[in-house]
Amino acid sequence: MNYTNTLKIAINALRRNKFRAFLTMLGIIIGVASVIAMLAIGQGSKKSIQDEMSSMGTNMIFIMPGADMRGGVRQSASDMQSLELSDVDAIRERCPAVTAVSPQVSSSSQAVVGNNNWPTSVYGVDNEYLDIRKYSVETGRNFSDREVKTYAKVCLVGQTIVENLFPNGENPIGQSVRVGTIPLKIIGVLAEKGENGMGQDQDDLILAPYTTVQKRMLAITHIQSIFASAASEELNDQAIEQITETLRRTHKLKATDDDDFNVRSQAEMVQMFSSISDMMTMLLGAIAGISLLVGGIGIMNIMYVSVTERTKEIGLRLSVGGRGNDIMMQFLVESILLSVTGGLVGILLGLGASSAVSAFMNWPTVIVPMSVVFAFLVCTVIGVFFGWYPARKAASLNPIDALRYE
Amino acid sequence: MANKIIQVNGLKKDFHVGEITVHALKGIDLEIEEGEFVAIMGTSGSGKSTMLNILGCLDKPTGGIYQLDGISMGDMNKNALAGLRNEKLGFVFQSYNLLPRTTALENVEMPLYYNGRVRAKERRERAEAALEAVGLADRMHHMPNQMSGGQQQRVAIARSLVNDPRVILADEATGNLDTRTSYEIMSLFQDLNDQGKTIIFVTHESDIARFMKRNVVFKDGRIVKEEWVKDRFNAKQLLAELPVDQDVI
Repeated sequence: MNYTNTLKIAINALRRNKFRAFLTMLGIIIGVASVIAMLAIGQGSKKSIQDEMSSMGTNMIFIMPGADMRGGVRQSASDMQSLELSDVDAIRERCPAVTAVSPQVSSSSQAVVGNNNWPTSVYGVDNEYLDIRKYSVETGRNFSDREVKTYAKVCLVGQTIVENLFPNGENPIGQSVRVGTIPLKIIGVLAEKGENGMGQDQDDLILAPYTTVQKRMLAITHIQSIFASAASEELNDQAIEQITETLRRTHKLKATDDDDFNVRSQAEMVQMFSSISDMMTMLLGAIAGISLLVGGIGIMNIMYVSVTERTKEIGLRLSVGGRGNDIMMQFLVESILLSVTGGLVGILLGLGASSAVSAFMNWPTVIVPMSVVFAFLVCTVIGVFFGWYPARKAASLNPIDALRYE
Repeated sequence: MANKIIQVNGLKKDFHVGEITVHALKGIDLEIEEGEFVAIMGTSGSGKSTMLNILGCLDKPTGGIYQLDGISMGDMNKNALAGLRNEKLGFVFQSYNLLPRTTALENVEMPLYYNGRVRAKERRERAEAALEAVGLADRMHHMPNQMSGGQQQRVAIARSLVNDPRVILADEATGNLDTRTSYEIMSLFQDLNDQGKTIIFVTHESDIARFMKRNVVFKDGRIVKEEWVKDRFNAKQLLAELPVDQDVI
């Protein structure tokens, strides 16, 4: 018997039970669609995190105090005072791969303008900070070196601050905002940056000279962290190496001592978040894969029932000259048709669902071509795998018994 | 002398049921020539169904020789037997065995799907011709559940004819039908036989057997009586004599 005939017989057999065929396919359809949609959503969120973190500058490097043991007690990073302003100067002087560097000290306080107040964070930074963090000044100006040196009571504010403290649309430039007990004059407004990959509002901040925050607000001499820019993304590793070497020297660490600081690059963070979202994608994919498996078992169940129900038909086909192999192929092709058709519909549905999710829910989705190919292959394999046993059962029937079967 | 289509010598068939061996056929000798119309009769358990299964190449004998159209089936494997069934034999069953939700035409086409040499167009033409031959030219696209029992059996007969078999094997083909329809079916079989078809008809009803030319009676796995039918029934004549009120089915 040729393959065209097998195919025609199988199609005719499926046509006799359209609704059942559809229900059987539904398992595969949902399975495949969810695999594709889940992977698209997972990959989409990975990509958007990557994009956003890259927009923060992949050549950004930050240095935090840490990994220090005092009497065997590990300290929390913010309690540590291992970074000094001299470290910033040392990095600026001795690290050729670093183009910009800024200390950072921060304080959370209530910002007040007239009747309006808003809880926010004040970051004390150098004026290179804007370049490092990819902020830009929308109106007004950045603070000058002189203002840094003189602990000037000036600040830059983000859009969220403007919205909350100046709800009536007044021009904030030149106005005074009281942070804690210190009044700061607003000299510039930052351009809007939106949320970052972790959902943090990057516009909810006040930037002031680090000297001002250190001396006037926190009354400390150490700094909490250092931000730096490598000359380019490729120079990240070199920059990290130079910074580590410089800081070990300024901190007078012996060769056997651990670092008392942590140097991380944005690129590493991107990688870390990518691997987290990869894990999430795998998880989603696995759950969807299980539903695909359940769909496959559904096919096997129906094919098994179908063989029993159509025993007489099998007997008839054998008696008119169908060979065991023909019968086996018929049932195998039926199950492959169910799974492959289901797979194709599922792929379309999955693609549709992905674009619907990105259109209506504003979730970023990225169709993974491999997931489409993979889903299709899995469907074919499911068709063969779960069709095999029922088909074997059908083929092994004795024609006499099959004809007599009631 | 006519061709010997079926030649059976010392045919034996044993079944093993647990420890017990059942001798279903205990040495059968039978010859059927081309163009014969033979009834195989007997009560249940007489071995007539076993005989039909072997004649139909659905089962292999335990001993003895069976030659169909000059081909000995003793050393054939399952696939070769299937090929033999496809080319040489046509089956008609008591319960029609039509595929549900499948048109008459497609039902009749079905055996030809297993013959790789027959192309789609020829398959369609032969099926149409077979349906015309059984008088169902106007029912080709009807489903089995839209047809009466007699019509369904005609479709089954058309299906058995479609591969132009050497022998038609009918197993209680009138068993599910009322008298009038039985006569109609027998009339069809008689016509086919008149056209030269060899027909073997298994039945336990002696009045149905009287439509055939020869009766072979089985009992306990042996042939106990073999006779030529003297007053052979003519189905058309009997149909004409049936009271009119039997028309209402």
